[in-house]
Amino acid sequence: MPVLEARALTVSIPTEDGIIHAVQNVSFAIEAGEVFGVAGESGSGKSVMMQAILGLLPNAEISGEVLFEGQDLLKLPPRTLRQMRGARIGMIFQDPLSSLHPYYTIGSQITEAIAVHEKVSPAAARSRAIEMLAKVGIANASERFDSFPHQFSGGMRQRVMIAMALILNPALIIADEPTTALDVTVQAQIVDLLGKMRDEFGTTVVMITHDLGLLASIADRIMVMYAGNRMEYGPAAPIFAAPAHPYTAGLLRSSPAHYAAGAEVIAIPGRPPSLLHKPAGCVFAPRCANALASCQTEHPPIRRFSDGVQTLCWLEAGPAAPAVRQIDDTGRGSHETAPVVLDVRDVELSFPTGGLFGRAGKFQVLKDINLSVRRGETLGLVGESGCGKSTLARVIAGLIAPSSGTVLLDGIEMSSLDPAGWRETRKHVQLVFQDPFGSLNPRRRVGAIIGDPFRIHGVAAGAERKRRVQELMELVGLNPEHYNRFPSEFSGGQRQRIGIARALALNPGLIIFDEPVSALDVSIQAQILNLMRDLQQRLGLTYLFISHDLAVVRQVCDRIAVMDKGQIVELAAAEDIYTRPQHAYTRTLLAASVVPPKPQDSSDRQLVETTQWVAA
Amino acid sequence: MIRFLAGRLAFAALILFALSTFVFVLFFIAPGDPARLVAGDKATETQLIQIRANLGLDRPIHEQYLAFLGRAAQGDLGYSYRNQQPVLTLIANRLPATISLVIGGVILWLSVGIPIGIMSARNAGGWRDRLGQGFILVGLSFPTFVLGMVSLYVFYFLPRQAGFTLFPAGGFKPFWPNPAIWAWHMALPWATVALTTAAVYARLTRGQMLEVMSEDYIRTARAKGVPEHKVVYKHGLRATLTPLVTQLGADIAFLLGGAIVIEQVYGLQGVGALAIQAVNNQDRPVIIGVVLLGGFFIVISNIIVDIIYSLLDPRVR
Repeated sequence: MPVLEARALTVSIPTEDGIIHAVQNVSFAIEAGEVFGVAGESGSGKSVMMQAILGLLPNAEISGEVLFEGQDLLKLPPRTLRQMRGARIGMIFQDPLSSLHPYYTIGSQITEAIAVHEKVSPAAARSRAIEMLAKVGIANASERFDSFPHQFSGGMRQRVMIAMALILNPALIIADEPTTALDVTVQAQIVDLLGKMRDEFGTTVVMITHDLGLLASIADRIMVMYAGNRMEYGPAAPIFAAPAHPYTAGLLRSSPAHYAAGAEVIAIPGRPPSLLHKPAGCVFAPRCANALASCQTEHPPIRRFSDGVQTLCWLEAGPAAPAVRQIDDTGRGSHETAPVVLDVRDVELSFPTGGLFGRAGKFQVLKDINLSVRRGETLGLVGESGCGKSTLARVIAGLIAPSSGTVLLDGIEMSSLDPAGWRETRKHVQLVFQDPFGSLNPRRRVGAIIGDPFRIHGVAAGAERKRRVQELMELVGLNPEHYNRFPSEFSGGQRQRIGIARALALNPGLIIFDEPVSALDVSIQAQILNLMRDLQQRLGLTYLFISHDLAVVRQVCDRIAVMDKGQIVELAAAEDIYTRPQHAYTRTLLAASVVPPKPQDSSDRQLVETTQWVAA
Repeated sequence: MIRFLAGRLAFAALILFALSTFVFVLFFIAPGDPARLVAGDKATETQLIQIRANLGLDRPIHEQYLAFLGRAAQGDLGYSYRNQQPVLTLIANRLPATISLVIGGVILWLSVGIPIGIMSARNAGGWRDRLGQGFILVGLSFPTFVLGMVSLYVFYFLPRQAGFTLFPAGGFKPFWPNPAIWAWHMALPWATVALTTAAVYARLTRGQMLEVMSEDYIRTARAKGVPEHKVVYKHGLRATLTPLVTQLGADIAFLLGGAIVIEQVYGLQGVGALAIQAVNNQDRPVIIGVVLLGGFFIVISNIIVDIIYSLLDPRVR
């Protein structure tokens, strides 16, 4: 008997704009003791679905059946459902810092979970919590019991969350993006821990994630969601070997981890649909490379195959392999003779700590940084959070002055310039930021945002400025007619194009990309990476590319610098970093990144059954 | 912590020093002859010279200032020009009324404002929220003196006309020996000072609570199976109220420095009323004393708020 079984589950959320059809007619069964993966990009409905069935979304309208231990969760009175939460079904969330109460000790937050469900003495609850903390790998658990969440690192906080979810030995744990907010090396530890706990307690784990590589490494069965629909469902192994649904195949192919020299990453074109309208045909049809005429007009049926895989698709066989666009990769790595654009020499940065009454000290952020970038080259800067890579970018952009050392831009030293010269030089370095939502002023029109560099530096005005802005929009793949729209009318990927257009405006000598794709969904990431490479080849641009993700960096970089604790520990050609990593830290980083399997193009699966998808 | 406190106290002393200098200079520049104020209209020129010499007004300003500072450092703020009483005694006599007003007012506005804010936030968009928002709007837009007049009319004047005394018109009765009489006399001032401020706290609580209740850790509490009332009143309220401490510290300090309008309306002989009298009489030492007292309360309350905050929020410890 499955632990959790959903039948024709539909979740709608009424909002001011209309009804969001977050989950549409989704059925699945989760078997005891398995790791069940729910995959999907943001907005696919995967988190909403799980929170809704646990009663955590009071506004949601839910229909269908969700059987857990023989009871329909959707029919339970709120009080009974509450008693179920925590005791029978535990949850782990994405961001362990914001998910723990900042004002209470981690110990008291864990014992609270015991106290609301059982009658226990505080002492007994405490010793149980300490025991569980020790099991999830918190050293000195009895001392750390009274520590506050901010006194732990991200990985340790997530261990605390896991301990809290496991403390009552629930039958089911729902982990919602449990590793997304963590560094790569820590991610692997948390995944290992979840696997270990599953083995030790026999807990069934639902893993909700956008990371297919992660699921491929641990999930027994998976469900792929898109725009509230269950696109593909079944055992993990055959799906990852050869996806039966074009969307799954597209997701796997668009992962930047699939690096092939001379080949572009195969992006899924377009963007996810709005959930306010239910299309007549398949939700994925507008972006599907294999779409048939019927896909646009008729809702696809559920196909069941011989290997247990089910799809929501008109295709009876698997998706056809897409054409790989070849790119001219011959110029890669051959920039030795090109002029040096950026030269960073012996840069150090430290901040004084302590103050008027404290002991004065020094906090070293950057140590002994030496690097150079030649015209037309892309240098990758890779490291985990807190390693100083973004700070280095700000030093290079002239936004922070280094404590010592020099930054030469086209042979000019930034710190020696007077304000006017500094302003002039700033034209030649442009930044593109990580968060495409936070880095664009929401109250200004896109045309004004992209035209800012022209205005600030007095380059072009009036009709001339508008013409040049529209040229830029065309260049980065935006519709120039959207000149007067606001950023909120664009998706994440489009906003990042706006940021790139703004950076390109003054034809800068160097563009610094600070994690340009890490806030974007995988299918969109590939689009942006391809755009960056395309622009570089057409315009001869020079990039400094900052990322925590080695796979992303490998796609676009000629050389890669690996940073750890404010130092560059290794700087070498991109391929050498991958094939012959010299430094121990580089090897750790490489080992920690999980790569989704590369899909095969054919499978020997046979169509067994086709059933009509019935709208709720 | 001790080093932090020492630093803050040194800074507080510096602020008070700067404030006293400012006020002293201000009064030196201002027109008016203190000697004539002390002596009255009928004083002769000889008497005036004599008084100026006694008060040290004939000496250069820097000498006067140093003498003032020297005495102030010993706790002597000088004597009222008006009635020759020590300024400190005058202020000390006025503090009970002001402190009574503040204590009762704070308790009242917190116990009205916070529950209304919580009710509003928990039912955001519903009729209870609209009710709470209505209270906030009325409370914020009612001028204190109008409210004072209206409540005097309704709770004192009308019952008097009907032949009985529901509440007294004003005046201050000491807490001891009869707290009931004290509270009876303070009831209307308390209600008046509390209504406006309660609206401020209701609004703050509502906004803060709405924000807190959408935090991830609230979702975590619900996912643990914590009952809803505990989610709100333990997890939610704790994070909601901590930022209010800052506001409360500032409000208390401000009122202690003199609730001028309310004391005037209800005839309370508090610090605010003293300030008004001193300004009307150009009673320079008393004005300086009241200003320094207000500054003292603000500075001290800031330090206390910082300490309380560090106790409440483990992240800043």
